[in-house]
Amino acid sequence: MIALLIRDLKLAFRSGGGFGLGLAFFLLVAVLVPLGVGPQGGTLARIAPGILWIGALLACLLSLDRIFALDFEDGTLEILIPSPLPLEGAVAVKALAHWLTTGLPLAVAAPVLAVLLHLPASGLPWLVASLAIGTPALSMIGAFGAALTVGVKRGGLLLSLLVLPLYVPSLIFGAEVVRRGAEGMAVGTPLAFLAAITLGSAASLPFAAAAALRMSLRQG
Amino acid sequence: MSLWEYANPKKFMQTSGAVLPWVAGLAAICLGTGLIWGFFFTPDDYRQGSTVRIIYLHVPAAMMAINAWAMMLVASLIWLIRRHHVSALAARAAAPVGLTFTLIALATGALWGAPMWGTWWEWDPRLTSFLILALFYLGYIALWQAVENPDTAADLTSILCMVGSVFAVLSRYAVNFWNQGLHQGASLSLDQRENISNVFWLPLVISIAGFVALFVTLVLLRTRTEIRARRLSALIARERLA
Repeated sequence: MIALLIRDLKLAFRSGGGFGLGLAFFLLVAVLVPLGVGPQGGTLARIAPGILWIGALLACLLSLDRIFALDFEDGTLEILIPSPLPLEGAVAVKALAHWLTTGLPLAVAAPVLAVLLHLPASGLPWLVASLAIGTPALSMIGAFGAALTVGVKRGGLLLSLLVLPLYVPSLIFGAEVVRRGAEGMAVGTPLAFLAAITLGSAASLPFAAAAALRMSLRQG
Repeated sequence: MSLWEYANPKKFMQTSGAVLPWVAGLAAICLGTGLIWGFFFTPDDYRQGSTVRIIYLHVPAAMMAINAWAMMLVASLIWLIRRHHVSALAARAAAPVGLTFTLIALATGALWGAPMWGTWWEWDPRLTSFLILALFYLGYIALWQAVENPDTAADLTSILCMVGSVFAVLSRYAVNFWNQGLHQGASLSLDQRENISNVFWLPLVISIAGFVALFVTLVLLRTRTEIRARRLSALIARERLA
């Protein structure tokens, strides 16, 4: 399990693209929005929580198809199925590796971009906290979506159509945490919901994703 | 005599062929009565005027949009557990119908919202969750079309339907949390004191029945088409082998 995690992390770092790309995309979103909306600080501060969360969502989405596609092409997935590690565990590890290479860096980089968007300083810790708590769910849901589309040729667009509606609850609660944090209100409730979604997906979606993977591979 | 007999495509084709004209007739009668009664023979509402008549399309379509997803969920579960092909095909057949009902509910809602709320669209919890439901339908249909092997497609869409159901409910309550909205609450429930007046209630119930019958008709029809298409492709495959 740990070997698989290390392997996935190494691949993500060394193959280039995947790791830095998500971050760069996140940066671009945060830079482009003020260019489109105009530089008024008040407006930017108000929409900053939503923009940052949507940016994180899309940055996550970018690298989702890498979770299984490469391993599917070179046959690694077929070796993983009969291996002693249950496929559910392998899926969870791959989602974890995806989170470590996209979600976690996003959460770390977010405060810098939040300053660009004039997010009040009181919101910064909550921004980091909400991204750190919420993005594991994005990786897990994304792994499920990637498992569904792994056998589909040119499944990238289909993947976003399947996955984005599933991101709705995380987006709503995540942005709500940041907004309330920035306005100095209590953030406990949305933060608890956000954590609940993450824990719920981590507990149940590996089974759904593993089942989908087995089904996709059986046809081959 | 068990329900599972109808899982046999031949038996299903026989029974559904016999039942279909009756359900279609029932749908036509109920829709005709409910809609004509509702559109022409009910009084104007004292506050909404004649726009209240949109209710005879809006409410039944919205109810069926949700029920269609529930039916797909049940059919998907049956496919995953007992592997009856008819069930998977019925789920596939129901999806575009459900999507259409969702769009009808959204469109009539916008038409109703324009004069009453002064806006075509509002990010109200019910409206938003319906939009999200439409996206779920789109994804489901797209997945069916993208996967080539029919059994794999049925497996994958069934799983998507199950996970999607959970997230659809989650989204429904998440948007509730976010904005309280303009949409009125339920006014058809049997156990509440403030309900819609009887003058509007009867034609509404009849058109709801009509929409249910219409849904059953369309799903049966589309399932029969799917079964025939499946037989056809089996025949073609056999020809090619011979």
